[in-house]
Amino acid sequence: MSFDLLVSVSLVYVGLLFLIAYWAERRALRGGVRWLRSPLVYTLSLSIYCTAWTFYGAVGYASRSGLEFLTIYIGPTLILIGWWWCLRKLVRIGRSQRITSIADLISSRYGKSALLGGMVTVIAVVGTTPYLALQLQSVTLSFGVFAEGTPGSFPVPDQRATAIWVAGGMAVFAILFGTRNVDANERHHGVVTAIALEALVKLFALLAVGSFIVWGVAGGIGEVAARINASPLAQIPLDRSRWLALIFVSGAAILVLPRMFQVLVVENEDERHLATASWAFPLYLAAMSVFVIPIAAVGMSELPSWANPDLFVLTLPLAHGHEMLALLAFLGGFSSATSMVIVAAIALATMISNHIVLPLWLSLRAEAPGNLRAVLLTSRRLSIAGVLALGYVYYVWSGGGRELAAIGFVSFTGVVQVMPAAVGGIFWRGATRIGAAIGVSLGAAVWAYTLFLPSFGHGVILPESVFAEGPFGIGWLKPYALFGIEGLDPVVHSVIWSMAINCAAFLVGSIASFPTPLERLQGAQFVNVFDYSRGPRGWSQSKAEAEDLLIMAQRILGPREAQDLFAAEARIQGKAGFLPDTTPEFLDRLERELAGSVGAATAHAMIGQIAIGTTVSVEDLMAVADEAAQIMEHSIQLKAKSEELSRTARQLREANQKLTELSVQKDSFLGQISHELRTPMTSIRAFSEILMDGEGMQAEERQRFAAIIHDEAQRLTRLLDALLDLNVLEHGQVSLNRDTVRLRDVITRALAATSSINPERGLAVRRDTLDEDILVHTDTDRLAQVFINIIANARKYCDAAEPQLRILVQSRGGTVSVDFVDNGSGIPVHSQSVIFEKFCRLSDQSAAGSAGLGLAICREIMQKLGGSITYLPGQGGGAFRVTLPVQSAEKAA
Amino acid sequence: MSTPRLPLFLERQSYRRRRLVDASRAIPVFGIILFFVPLLWQQPEPGEAPGLAQRGIYLFLAWGLLVAVTAVISIRLQTRLHEGARQNGPAEGTDVL
Repeated sequence: MSFDLLVSVSLVYVGLLFLIAYWAERRALRGGVRWLRSPLVYTLSLSIYCTAWTFYGAVGYASRSGLEFLTIYIGPTLILIGWWWCLRKLVRIGRSQRITSIADLISSRYGKSALLGGMVTVIAVVGTTPYLALQLQSVTLSFGVFAEGTPGSFPVPDQRATAIWVAGGMAVFAILFGTRNVDANERHHGVVTAIALEALVKLFALLAVGSFIVWGVAGGIGEVAARINASPLAQIPLDRSRWLALIFVSGAAILVLPRMFQVLVVENEDERHLATASWAFPLYLAAMSVFVIPIAAVGMSELPSWANPDLFVLTLPLAHGHEMLALLAFLGGFSSATSMVIVAAIALATMISNHIVLPLWLSLRAEAPGNLRAVLLTSRRLSIAGVLALGYVYYVWSGGGRELAAIGFVSFTGVVQVMPAAVGGIFWRGATRIGAAIGVSLGAAVWAYTLFLPSFGHGVILPESVFAEGPFGIGWLKPYALFGIEGLDPVVHSVIWSMAINCAAFLVGSIASFPTPLERLQGAQFVNVFDYSRGPRGWSQSKAEAEDLLIMAQRILGPREAQDLFAAEARIQGKAGFLPDTTPEFLDRLERELAGSVGAATAHAMIGQIAIGTTVSVEDLMAVADEAAQIMEHSIQLKAKSEELSRTARQLREANQKLTELSVQKDSFLGQISHELRTPMTSIRAFSEILMDGEGMQAEERQRFAAIIHDEAQRLTRLLDALLDLNVLEHGQVSLNRDTVRLRDVITRALAATSSINPERGLAVRRDTLDEDILVHTDTDRLAQVFINIIANARKYCDAAEPQLRILVQSRGGTVSVDFVDNGSGIPVHSQSVIFEKFCRLSDQSAAGSAGLGLAICREIMQKLGGSITYLPGQGGGAFRVTLPVQSAEKAA
Repeated sequence: MSTPRLPLFLERQSYRRRRLVDASRAIPVFGIILFFVPLLWQQPEPGEAPGLAQRGIYLFLAWGLLVAVTAVISIRLQTRLHEGARQNGPAEGTDVL
């Protein structure tokens, strides 16, 4: 076979893949994805688990270790047939939380931790790079087989150049079909369809080669069985610890390998596909491995001992002259390698751009970037190229000389370090970010020390002495014999220690730390995903979105406004009279309208719920809660403000009322004053005019008039004196001359001062001079003035036939009270409240000489003295009580 | 104790669905037992015919058995879940909210 033929077959095959992918993308765009979403395609896409490691390496592995190669298929088989335990939950979480990668799963579960996302990404890149190198190696090796093994063939091509071509081609494919969009909800229909086709090609190729070997070469099942039992394979003992450890590792790996997570969870269209894959994928795995042992046994007996068992799949048909079969096998291996590389590159690129590039980009740029989409797409494309470049560099550097299976397990064990955090996170609510970070990092460190770094060879990275004596001569830290446990297989040793330390750290860290609120929310959402998320969609989704939106909008905006909005939109879309299409522009507009009523986050969540059908994420919920809290805060503030306003208004009203009252009082005061002043002034003027005109007036008549004028002038003076007195008292500009005096003396003096008033009526005074024997520290003159006023009133107004005044002194508690009670008719009830006001006179009985200021002055005086004067009702006559504080009074010793 | 003479159709359905889920959960346990049998095998000794082919056939038979049982249960579970979701609305198996 010529080199040109081989290359052109490869190119045609690659071209076919491009066409298929392109066609699938077009079909998906036009909505015709019904069968692209079938469970069969989903199951076949899972076959990227079977890489070139499987296709070529399984035979090599079997020829070295017998049945042990089956472990890498048994692990995934157990996980798939137990899909109800774990995979179903993982897929549901992936769909409801819009998970884009394994790093995203862990980062989201632990409160959107950027640190964890970055860590998982780094581990995934480190763990996957050798694997990518492995695929490049297998393709170049298979090229080499055709160069050497066929007569009239081409010279061995430069292996590195081949690898570059292969890597470049796969990068182009991955970039073309893997980075068309950045939305995780969109699936890579083109890629998935292409790898489904490749899955069929590799299965068919392997079955074809296997059938040829069994029936074409060996001559039937019985003969093959005999040859197997006779071959050296049969003498290979089964390593039980490896059997257990490798089943565990490969089972865990199918959950957390980035490319497997991509096809299992991210590309999953419908949860029910999992039910089909649960038996169909194990069947596929069994079919892929059923001919491995026969091929190995026949290859070992027929081919020379120097032949690489990793390439028996190619070399056996070639040795029997079946070039076309070999070509088919070559395409099968090529398919295995390319599908794995493409999906792994896409998965890793998503992780790198989302968990490393984007956080860095956002933290380096202070302002919000305008077009994140462009940044994401560019970073994804660069990441794909970068990942493949890394794989190529590893391939060149490692020299491509080692057996395929060994690299595979190094890679698996590294990636599996993510498993406790991932699985623990979806089953255990108590798992925390700190626990996960410590577990993953410690596990990865142990893996790197015990398996990854030694895998480069003794003395390459870790010096030879470390393997022999341990680092710095510490014996119990030897990479292959941690803590002194010797004799274990290196892979088993690494799996045991890394998983033990990983799980222990994860548990202890989680139990000892306290999660953030977002972490706890996410934890609840992940662990109880079946309570929070909707069931599998696909039959409930209908075209009634616009109607649902209208119903919701009516509730929020009001029926009239919502209908107007929808009608206007329908007109714009040229569908007047119908419901509008739910175009992105319309959804945007509607969201803005709703946001005006219910807040942006709520509106976004509501529209998302109906139009896109996604579940509300925790972030959405928190934003909604935030908004609600803000609205509540706002309304509380409004309420407080309105209360304050009404309080102020009340105060203003009261102040206004007071001012009005004062104004009325002032007016009446002025009226009273002018009246009081005018009466004497009128008589003075009248009589002085008479005197001026009175030529023939008699002397005694003039004398009488002059006396009247004198009396009126005196009355004016008294009035003005009283007014001044009151003014002084009211404005507090009075100075008190306090001294100590016996109360009895004050009363006696007041009685004496008033004895000239109405002497003909003969007021009888009854007093108890013993009770009055109290020392008072006060302004004596002012107190006497009060007493005089009260006694004078009694003398003037007591209308009893035999007027009588009782003066009672009582010392009670902290005060001394002096009651003046007469036996007159007293003061009418309705007037009792006003007698202390200015110009208050109950009758004009004794208008002359009284301005009605006396009691007002008394009240002011008593206030100044620290006491009070009140009217005592119900004493059988007019009664006043004067109260003095005890500080100014003390019983005479 | 009296039991209803005519069991309600829906109850019976959901009962079957639950048992199918139980079966689905139990399969991997059987799988583990079947696939851990090789741990009990005697190590081959030189000169003796250890029967590697027979051992391989055992493993693939076990594998095929598991696939078949899983297929039966998964397909029935799938249709029941499908019907349950369509007829009853929220059903236990689908965990529809």
